[in-house]
Amino acid sequence: MAAIISAQNLVRDFRLGDVPVHVLKGISFEIERGEFVAIMGPSGSGKSTLMNILGCLDTPTSGSYTLDGISVGRLESDELAEIRSRTIGFVFQQFNLLPRTSALENVELPLLYTDTPAIERRQRALKALRAVGLAGREDHQPSQLSGGQQQRVAIARALVNDPGIILADEPTGALDSRMGLEIMAIFQQLNREKGITLTVVTHDAEIASYARRTLHFKDGKLQLDERVEHPRDAAADLRTNGGSQDPPLQGLPEEAADVRIAS
Amino acid sequence: MKKLLTSARIALRALQVNRTRSALTMLGIIIGVAAVIAMVGVGAGATERIQAQIQSIGSNLIIVLPGSISSNGVRLGSGGVATLTIDDAKAIADECPSVAITAPTVRGGAQVVYGSNNWATVVQGVTPDYMTLRDYTMMSGQFFTSQDVDSSAKLAVLGETVARNLFGDNDPSGQVVIIKNVPFTVAGVLTPKGQSPTGQDQDDVILLPISTATQKVLGVNKANAKAVGSVMVQAINPQAIDQAIQEMDALLRERHRILPGLEDDFSVRNLTEVFAAQESSAQVMAILLGAIASVSLIVGGIGIMNIMLVSVTERTREIGLRLAVGAKRRDILSQFLVEAVTLSLAGGIIGILVGVTASFSISYFAQWSTDVGVMAIAVSFLFSALVGVFFGYYPARTAAFLSPIEALRYE
Repeated sequence: MAAIISAQNLVRDFRLGDVPVHVLKGISFEIERGEFVAIMGPSGSGKSTLMNILGCLDTPTSGSYTLDGISVGRLESDELAEIRSRTIGFVFQQFNLLPRTSALENVELPLLYTDTPAIERRQRALKALRAVGLAGREDHQPSQLSGGQQQRVAIARALVNDPGIILADEPTGALDSRMGLEIMAIFQQLNREKGITLTVVTHDAEIASYARRTLHFKDGKLQLDERVEHPRDAAADLRTNGGSQDPPLQGLPEEAADVRIAS
Repeated sequence: MKKLLTSARIALRALQVNRTRSALTMLGIIIGVAAVIAMVGVGAGATERIQAQIQSIGSNLIIVLPGSISSNGVRLGSGGVATLTIDDAKAIADECPSVAITAPTVRGGAQVVYGSNNWATVVQGVTPDYMTLRDYTMMSGQFFTSQDVDSSAKLAVLGETVARNLFGDNDPSGQVVIIKNVPFTVAGVLTPKGQSPTGQDQDDVILLPISTATQKVLGVNKANAKAVGSVMVQAINPQAIDQAIQEMDALLRERHRILPGLEDDFSVRNLTEVFAAQESSAQVMAILLGAIASVSLIVGGIGIMNIMLVSVTERTREIGLRLAVGAKRRDILSQFLVEAVTLSLAGGIIGILVGVTASFSISYFAQWSTDVGVMAIAVSFLFSALVGVFFGYYPARTAAFLSPIEALRYE
């Protein structure tokens, strides 16, 4: 399988006044298509900076970064926007949903910046909402949804462009452990059934244990590249831990199957 | 184009989400545009009224009056002596190349009687040229001819006010009215002209052939049988007015045998000049009113900029998110620009409605004439769009050039 992400000797320096700060000190790794990778490290280890570069929100000071066969190193901001729009779905710690805007419209948002006709926008947004088990909540505004549901709307928004890769920055950081588990279950399912590459930044070893591979960072360097043959299954953990009070997730397999047929 | 439509939709959605704020922001523009429309309307109405009054006097008019003369140190007022004659009027018309026509007039007050009705009015003795010169038209009947003047025919042309007071709704043509015990046949009625620039009712008048008027009604001047009260002169065009005045001056001094160095025994008044001064002062007032109102429009624009800047700061995370999910800088720029322009245009349209309503109210309640021109509306509309672009650009640019990373982290 071809690498969807290929980073060679990534360096990122910032300037704080006159003092240059070396945040990334030459990082090289590859992520294959369809992998589920957790990026771990203490704060200040450079994992957020790395995430910004992987997400094409930032460019490295030196080194090369190839995403889906495109060398991203020195692109203009509009070209980066194009790549973000086509290839990447973002999930943030604080969900970043538009307030006073329905779930459906929130999910449609990325499609507004592609030339997608209104009807197709709507269909794809509905499908993405169904895929995260939020069918029937299309008209709810973020304030009417729980934290876990809001994050699921955010995941639907990340999915709606059919991206090859989803980048999640502390996706469970603002949620309690049970809701965090739900999110991980959805990620695992998307990874397993749709073959979407997942990269999750977290400082929580519990969350990282659901990934098949964990990259440990420290002081701007890759310390350890750890692979697990059989990671934990979030859906199974949900069933054993706390029963099955949450109906949407129970309905998930059928919904997801529907998505698979449709796409 | 399609991109722009998308931006417009996003912008409208954002404005909908913040309804109260959008409405308050628009209020500045609404007041600004309404003020401009109403003030320009009032100004234009005033100017137009003065123009209409000048039109009603007649165009390119000069009035020659018999002048004051002094005799043994006693100075007599203007018109105090009969120095101006019908022959002077003829001579001016014949010999001054810059003069088109002249109309000698005599005037006096008289009681007019028809049946059991009577009415006190101004009687003027004129020639048929008077009608041309004053731009009179006939509402009914005919004006008298030069033959009627030569034969001192007992014909009268009534102003509309006189006709109404004597005859009510009936047609006076062919009826006989008595003026100072002399019966006159009504030849016709003048089309009403309304008030003069000095507020006189120009329709409260009876026109008689000048010969008949002097001989039968007003009385012949004992000193000079051919004396007239004034001579109205029409220059061939507006530019020739000054030239015509010089020519008349020279001609009349020669005819009246006034030695160089002595005062004229007549005076010449350029009516157009007097009223043009009034008109230009009205225009200055209109421009001032418009300028003051424009300031409020600019203040409204600054209000938009202010709110848009607040909005950009408040929505920093939203902007970061939009950039992250694939919006380009120009998408963000056009979204915020469209928001600003939508606010200012919507404000402009409402402002136009309010302004038009206001100026109608002013003319209805305050009895001022107002004139809301299509031009003023078009300019206000355009100007409010420009205000949106001008004051919206800076906040929109600020939004578009946010760093997506910092915007997403913004608390």
